[in-house]
This record gives sequence, C-alpha cells and structure tokens, in this order.
Amino acid sequence: MIKFLLNGVIRDKSRSRLPIIVVSVGVMLTVFLHAYITGFMGDALEMNAKFNYGHVKIMTNAYAENIELNPIDLAIIDVEDFLEKLNARYPHIKWSQRIQFGGLVDAPDEYGETKAQGPAFGLGLDILSPNSQEIDRLNLANSLVRGSLPANSGEILISELFSRKLQVNPGDDVTLIGSSMNGSMVMYNFTIAGTLSFGVDIMDKGSIIVDIEDVKIALDMNDAVSEIIGFLPDGYYNHKNALSIQDDFNSKCNNINDEFAPVMLTLGDQGGMGAYIELSQYWSWYITFVFIIAMSLVLWNAGLLGALRRYGEVGIRLAMGETKGHVYTSMIVESVIIGIIGSVFGTFLGLFFAFILQEYGLNIEGMMEGASVMFPNTINARITTMDFYIGFIPGVISTVIGTMLAGIGIYKRQTARLFKELEA
Amino acid sequence: MEIIQIKKLTKRFPMGKGEFTALKEIDLTFTKGEFAGLIGPSGSGKTTLLNIVGSLDVPTEGEVLVLGKSIGNLNQKDAAQLRKESLGFIFQSYNLLQVHTVYENVEFPLLLLKKSASERRKMVMDALEWVGLTDKEKSKPPQLSGGECQRVAVARAMVKKPSVVLADEPTANLDAKNSHNILKTMLNLNRELNTTFIFATHDEKVISYLRRKIFLLDGQVEKDVIVENPKS
Repeated sequence: MIKFLLNGVIRDKSRSRLPIIVVSVGVMLTVFLHAYITGFMGDALEMNAKFNYGHVKIMTNAYAENIELNPIDLAIIDVEDFLEKLNARYPHIKWSQRIQFGGLVDAPDEYGETKAQGPAFGLGLDILSPNSQEIDRLNLANSLVRGSLPANSGEILISELFSRKLQVNPGDDVTLIGSSMNGSMVMYNFTIAGTLSFGVDIMDKGSIIVDIEDVKIALDMNDAVSEIIGFLPDGYYNHKNALSIQDDFNSKCNNINDEFAPVMLTLGDQGGMGAYIELSQYWSWYITFVFIIAMSLVLWNAGLLGALRRYGEVGIRLAMGETKGHVYTSMIVESVIIGIIGSVFGTFLGLFFAFILQEYGLNIEGMMEGASVMFPNTINARITTMDFYIGFIPGVISTVIGTMLAGIGIYKRQTARLFKELEA
Repeated sequence: MEIIQIKKLTKRFPMGKGEFTALKEIDLTFTKGEFAGLIGPSGSGKTTLLNIVGSLDVPTEGEVLVLGKSIGNLNQKDAAQLRKESLGFIFQSYNLLQVHTVYENVEFPLLLLKKSASERRKMVMDALEWVGLTDKEKSKPPQLSGGECQRVAVARAMVKKPSVVLADEPTANLDAKNSHNILKTMLNLNRELNTTFIFATHDEKVISYLRRKIFLLDGQVEKDVIVENPKS
C-alpha cells in the first residue's frame, strides 16, 4: 500500500512537485530568515558585548549606579587579587580588565602648539601582554587602516576618522587631557601606533584604544580598573547561563550596603540590551509561527484544489471498500512524506543562501551613518544547529494541517451519491 | 442459493419540506450466478437500488440482506468491509486511477484485502487475462482506448472474485463494438466464475445480454422477466 501511495505521489506532479516546491520555498525562507535574524541580532549583541558590556560585567555598586558616566573614581581596587579569586571561582569564563574613560585629545604642531583638539572616548584594554585575547576579540588587526598595533608602552590606536579630524598620522604624538581616579587633572603623552576603522559609526567618530597598564598610569589607577568583563566559554551570549553566574556571584560577593562592593551585571542588564535579547529570541519564533499559519493557509488551498482533483479517486477508493478513516490517514501520510521531502530541499536551499550571507555579508554601512547605537556595518547570517531542523516544523506541520483541513471533506462525503458523482 | 434478499424496501429522500419516495416496497431476490439488470427510465430508482445493494446507502424501510448481512444495520466500517470483500463496482466512466498503471489499478482492491505480493501478482494477471489485457499491464489509462479502460475496470471489479458485481450504465461511454465486447467479457466471467452481475441500465445493447430483466417504474417493480433465449 505504501508503494502504491508513493507511486501515486511521485507520478502525479500536482500531488508531489507543486506541494514540494511550495514547502521548499517556505522552509527555505524560514531557515534563511532564522539564520539571518540570528546573525543580525547576534552580531549586534556580540559587538556590544566585545566593545563594552561583556557577557557579564563586574564593577562596584557605586559605579553601577552611575555607569553612563564611566566614573573611574568609583573603580574596583586591588584588582590583581580580585582577578585571581575570580579565575579560581569561574575558571571557564574569560575575564578581561577594562577602563572606559573620557578626555580631550590634543594634537600639537611642529612647535608643540595645539594644532587640533577633540573629545575622545577612551577604552583601556589589555593589548600588550602576550596572552591577551583582546586584539582578536575586537578584531583590531583586521580593523587597522594605517600603521601597526601598539608594540610598546605609550603607544595607542586612534580611529581613522578621528585621526583625520586631528590631522595626525601613525608616529605622531598626542596628549590626553583628562581627570585621574582621584579627581585631579592629568595630561599624558601617547604615540599613535596605528589608525582603526571599527565599522561602527559611534566608535569611528572619536575613540582611542590604549593598553590597560598605560591607562592605569595615566589616570593614577594603581591596581584599579573600572570594569572587569567576562565572556562565556563558547563565545556566544547565553542569557540563562549569564543569569546563573550573576546569581552565584552576587549572592556570594555583593553587599548592597557597601558602595565599593563588587556587583555583577549581565549583558541583558546593560544599555537596554535585555529588551534586545528578548526581541531577538522572540523574533525567530514569531517568524516561524507566522510562517506556519501562512503556509497552512497556502497548503490548505493547495490541499483543497488537490482534493477536488482527486475527488474521483477518493470516491472510487470509498466504493471499493476503503474506509474514510483509511483514505484520510493515507492522505496525511502522503502529506508527511511531501512535508519531509520539501523540508529537506528547503533546509538545504535555506542553508545554502544563509551560508553565502554568513561568508560574504551584506554591507549596510550607508544605512548606519549617524547611528548612535553600536551596530555592525556588515550584516552576516549565522548558521546554528537550530537551522538544520527549524524548517521541518513549519514544513511538515503546515503541510499536514493543510491536508487535514482539506481532507475533512472526505468525512462529509455521502457514499450514497458515489454512483452519481462518478458518472461524470 | 439466494445471495441478495430485498424485502419491502422503501427509500425516501428529503426534498424541500417534504419527501421524495425513490423506491416503494420492493421485493426481490437474487441467486448466485445471475446476470440481471434493473431497467427503467431516469428517476425509476435503478441507481438507488444499486446503491443500497452495494451498501453505499441504507433503506428507509424494509430489509436488504446481502450475503446474509442486513444493510440497514451495518455501520460505516462494516459496510466498507462488505464492499471490500464481496462486492465489485463498475462505473459508467471507468474511474481508473490515472497515474497508476493497468496492473496497479487492478491490484488496488487486493492491496485493501492485504493479499501477499505473490498472490496479488497471480490474481492480477488472471484478471487481465480474463479481459485480454495482459500485454497492457504497464500502460496507464490515458494510453488506453475507452473500451480498454472499461475492460480494466471490469478486471478491477473481478480480480478479488466478488460474489456480486454492480454495474451502473457500464456501456454508456462506449461505441457499439466495444459495448458488445465488454458485455461478452462480463458474460463469460459470469459463467466461468459464477459471479452475480446486476446492471442498472436503459441501454438496449446491455438489455439484450441480460438473463433476467427487472423493469422499474416510479420506484416500483413493474415486471420481473426471466429471459428464455438470451443473446450469448
């Protein structure tokens, strides 16, 4: 019987080719959109994590309350000891010291007079130590436009746009004018090692990247950092895991009555990223759900047309003694087969297009000009394990639902009219 | 041996606010091996009677026993079981499954009966031999003539060797030559396999082959005639 049904499905193009094409296209769109959204949302999320928020971030209670101001006077002290304890307690997490600071960058002319000045966003991170992962994490080597990465203390990176604004080049000296951890004014000279294009508008406008030890010296932050950020082992943010680490840390280390006690925030707690994470999680399911409904309607119609075409066949099968339940079941089995075949094709096609977008990306630089949120200039899809099976949910379910709805007519059919109906 | 007994059969259909009586107190009996026909104009009740005997419909009043089973008391599953095991149907429009081969069309009733592959092969080839289509087993209906299609339909109805074959206007779509061929084939099968054939027809060609003619008019049996010297 299975062979008989399969022969029918294979030979009758309107029963096989058309529904398979419809399912394949739908599944392809689902897989592609899912990978696209995962990539799009994930890229933005990870970019924010790498540059600023980390997957988790530790700071003092007082710093957390004024986090938008990056108040370095509220930094964590005795950092080396603290990091040792952190590494012992959470060895799977990659910890990194960061100092975010603001200041004025002064570019002198050949006589030492101010040639140009500009406000800068400064990021202190570990560039020079041999085991540092920050260069890879921030993709600094690939972002280099001119010059080289800092190799010695006192060398900094500056955004390319900012360097043009200040009319400075690699090898030139600039002075950072800011305030120390203790509130006093500081002026510190740096040499520009290279210029960067981050591909993130907000960073490209006016930022400098300095080795963490240089920042500590420049801002009088002896054995102190404003933030310690942590990254989960597989490199991708997982809100559930981050929450459990946060709960564990805060229950053991935080003391709300001590403003300098360390507190941990997750990526979701910072800068409105929580809503963004929720949005990215719901988006893929929302799209899948909408697709199931849309596909069901399309396939219901296709099923109805197919059922009309097969009216005679169903009639003859009923007349020959097949029960309505058996005819109905066989049609559902057929739809499962069609759904699986269409889903396999659709998944393959969806993965293929997602792979192209993952490898080559879509440049949206023009659209991101003037953006004040950190967003990548290139959108890349990201293929995850889920993409290998997510298409089967709408592909098979909607096909079966469509057939089930269309097949209800079998039960409404009166066998007493079969002779008359089969006359035509 | 009586295989169909019809006692005081009345069939009414709702029509508007009232009812239309399609069959009125029919009493008939069919024995094994009959080659009988229900003859009458449109609306005389031929197809309604065929429907009820074929367990596709139920009586409003009276009783119809087919192979000892009361049609009025059968549920949907039992009725399907009766059709599957003991009844064969031949339709005016062949109603073959277009994407399946001749072999597969004839094989289908045996698949429902869950016969083994070897049994099916033998039974299908026998049936195709009865109707002279062994060389067409791999053809599909669109490649066949009308006469050949109807012969496939006959083979499909006969392959499981049913006790009763019900044929509704089986020659309506055939020319005279093919009509005679198909009727001769059915007559031969009736003789060889002792299968009961009941036709619903008003076609003179069919009528000329019948061994028993039951004339229906306005839902009642007008005449029930045993033919002395039928065409063979």
